[in-house]
Amino acid sequence: MRRNAVPVALFAALVAVVAVLPAFLTDFRAQQFAYVGIYLIALIGLNVLTGYTGQMSLGHGAFMAVGGYTTAILMTDHGVRDLWTIPIAAVVAGIAGFLFGIPALRLTGLYLALATFAIAVSTPAVLKKFEGFTGGGSGKNLFGLKELTGGIGGVHILGWKLNFNNWLYYLCWTVALVSYVVAWLLLRGQTGRAFRAVRDSETAALSSGVSLARYKTLAFGVSAAYAGVAGSLFAIATTYVNPDTFPVQLSIFLLVGVVVGGLGSLTGLIAGAVFIEFLPLWAQDVSKSPGAPGVIYGVILIAVVFLLPTGAAGLLRRVATLVRGRVGSAP
Amino acid sequence: MTALLELERVEARYGQVRALRGITLEVGEGEIVAVLGANGAGKTTTLRAVSGTVRRSGTIKLAGRALSGGPEAAAKAGIAHVPEGRGTFSELSVTENLRLGAYTRRGKIDPDVERMSAWFPWLIERGDQQAGTLSGGEQQMLALARALMSRPRLLMLDEPSLGLAPLVVREIFRIVRELNEKEGLAVLVVEQDARIALAAAHRAYVLEVGEVAVTGTSADLRETESVRRSYLGY
Amino acid sequence: MANFFQQVVSGLASGGIYGALALALVLIHRATGVINFAQGEMATFSTYTLWTLTQNHGWSYWPALGATLAISFAGGFGVHQFVIRPVERGSVLRVVIVTIGLLLLLNGAMTWIWSGEVRSVHSPFPTRTIDIAGVAISIQDLGTIGVSIGVVILLGLFFRFTKIGLALRASATNPAEARLVGVRVPLMLGVGWGLATMLGAIAGALTAPTVFLDPNMMQAVLIYAFAAAVLGGIDSPVGAVVGGLLLGVGLNLLGTYVNFVGADLRLPAALTVILAVLLFRPAGLFGKRVVRRV
Repeated sequence: MRRNAVPVALFAALVAVVAVLPAFLTDFRAQQFAYVGIYLIALIGLNVLTGYTGQMSLGHGAFMAVGGYTTAILMTDHGVRDLWTIPIAAVVAGIAGFLFGIPALRLTGLYLALATFAIAVSTPAVLKKFEGFTGGGSGKNLFGLKELTGGIGGVHILGWKLNFNNWLYYLCWTVALVSYVVAWLLLRGQTGRAFRAVRDSETAALSSGVSLARYKTLAFGVSAAYAGVAGSLFAIATTYVNPDTFPVQLSIFLLVGVVVGGLGSLTGLIAGAVFIEFLPLWAQDVSKSPGAPGVIYGVILIAVVFLLPTGAAGLLRRVATLVRGRVGSAP
Repeated sequence: MTALLELERVEARYGQVRALRGITLEVGEGEIVAVLGANGAGKTTTLRAVSGTVRRSGTIKLAGRALSGGPEAAAKAGIAHVPEGRGTFSELSVTENLRLGAYTRRGKIDPDVERMSAWFPWLIERGDQQAGTLSGGEQQMLALARALMSRPRLLMLDEPSLGLAPLVVREIFRIVRELNEKEGLAVLVVEQDARIALAAAHRAYVLEVGEVAVTGTSADLRETESVRRSYLGY
Repeated sequence: MANFFQQVVSGLASGGIYGALALALVLIHRATGVINFAQGEMATFSTYTLWTLTQNHGWSYWPALGATLAISFAGGFGVHQFVIRPVERGSVLRVVIVTIGLLLLLNGAMTWIWSGEVRSVHSPFPTRTIDIAGVAISIQDLGTIGVSIGVVILLGLFFRFTKIGLALRASATNPAEARLVGVRVPLMLGVGWGLATMLGAIAGALTAPTVFLDPNMMQAVLIYAFAAAVLGGIDSPVGAVVGGLLLGVGLNLLGTYVNFVGADLRLPAALTVILAVLLFRPAGLFGKRVVRRV
């Protein structure tokens, strides 16, 4: 009982912070933090895939694109309210992920990274090609649609009036926190144990009766569903999608977020999401040049692999162990 | 007899496990010395310590000069180490294997290739054959030839009899003895098969759990029944 | 029919470029077991170096190319020494992440140093076409084919007949045994990276005249090179080149005669090749079947 007390308390504190934060933020900052929430959702999914089953994906931007375009198409061509498109996007992206997970079974480590990288690079081309569906090069515009909640004039909830950016913030973070809880529940039980067995030793997992195929494809499906939700919210937040909204860099930045933040813990994932969103801005403080973010991402990624293999979360864990050790041995 | 190779209280470990707990032995010029003992006694590790393939402490000297650094340095100093499993470059041809053996030599190596063909005539005929397709015995002979290409001062053989038919093993040891008698090549050979090793070697060390348990001339070891029974298994 | 012939020739030309970059990937994979995701950016960086020497410093083409190759060799060697070697021992995925970091770093650096403007690079070959049996063939294409094949043959001779070439091959397949005969394996692996980077520079120099130089120039070519390497067998140098040529011609013909694919779906077509090979014949055309040790 005690073991769960600390994380639950921390989580509650997090919820409180998230709820109150916009009061202290400008409109623009609120929107930025909304994006942090979006990346967090994608990273939670990637964590399930890479942290738990050890499969590396450089193509999750493509699953975000699936989610984003599902939302856009449903809103513009079928008049569906944006909120209802989110679960649909999750399902569509999840199915895509699951279907990819089946052939992916035959690919290990390096080759899986290669195949997913190729998917990420080809996605814009595919999106451009199927014009009738996707709107081709010009994409789909969501701004001004009545299906976009709060798009004009903001939102009224429980007597509070929120402008679009604040609404966006709360929407993204509510979904993010719910997603985290869902993932946590999923990973606690038998599924989580099976996932970890797959990561640690495939042969051992096989011999203990864990169906590798089922859990590996399940992991792909789940992580893709999360990416789909993130993509859907991304489309809503940006109010448009086109083939360049989900470039290969996005897939790479998701990987960067997971490596730099660290796998396994919520703190790490939040750190990763913050890193993805705010690095370009911090980079601008270093140099106005458009190339600066890339250089800094690259340097930090390499430095983290060298110095902090478990990412920022790992560093925090080590610090926490040190602190706890001190506290524990105090007379 | 001047000492060519001297080991003094050499220790080596694999992670937490101490494989060598202070080995002292020596190989004189022109001597064949055998290292015997049960599995896990540290025989292979001893050779690895000499060639620098494993981290070790203690003193190792070749012709009076301290030996340090990795395998590349040992090769340059004139030690040819034929590892367990022959160390054949299986994807390369027989001739390419020989050429690699002479890697540390400068100048023309054709005379050496000819020398090898005197010892192992079939090598030249099968020069273009992929080394991995040779039989176990042929690969062992190729490994020997490869080691000799560098004109080493000390030849180290790790379990040359492993996986080979008795006839082939006898032939290999016959060649080693001839090389020793004709060219004065010093040899340090690790063997599981104590009988055949003692038949070829001048002296031997028997290792037990990383230390030298018994040492003496081959004749002495063979004749002392208690040694034979306890340490050599026959 | 004339169109078919033209498509084949230009397919061989682009295929030669894919093969050169694929060969670089294979060299590195054979030696260090790693897929270098930054190979494309390294090639682009080399091409920018070439451009700087010819445009900003007024060098003439061939000396500039020579200097670029030397710089590329040093760069590749340096990257292996300082960035790859420290993490070589660990999991392969860690090294992959480092190469991705390198990709981001180089891409950003190129934008920083040379800005994202598109630049033109002159080709050493005249831009005319010549008439072969009534069909107009571009000299640029022929030159590209010639250079690619020439480079590959040179490299092949180097590996086969020189002492360093032999040491490189030994280091790639049996590093422990190579050390025992005195080969300084880490040095050799660095040389392998240097050679691979030189190959990338050549691929970049051949690509730039037709598509113009910008930081993202080689991203698509990298995917085609991946496809070529996988098709040929990820550890087979011969396979990389043959795979490149087959892919170049195949994509061209597919694009010309299958309307749906056209010019738009070349990348997805390459992706399909990668997936198909990895799923149905992972060893590729020339590779060896790997037995999975349990």
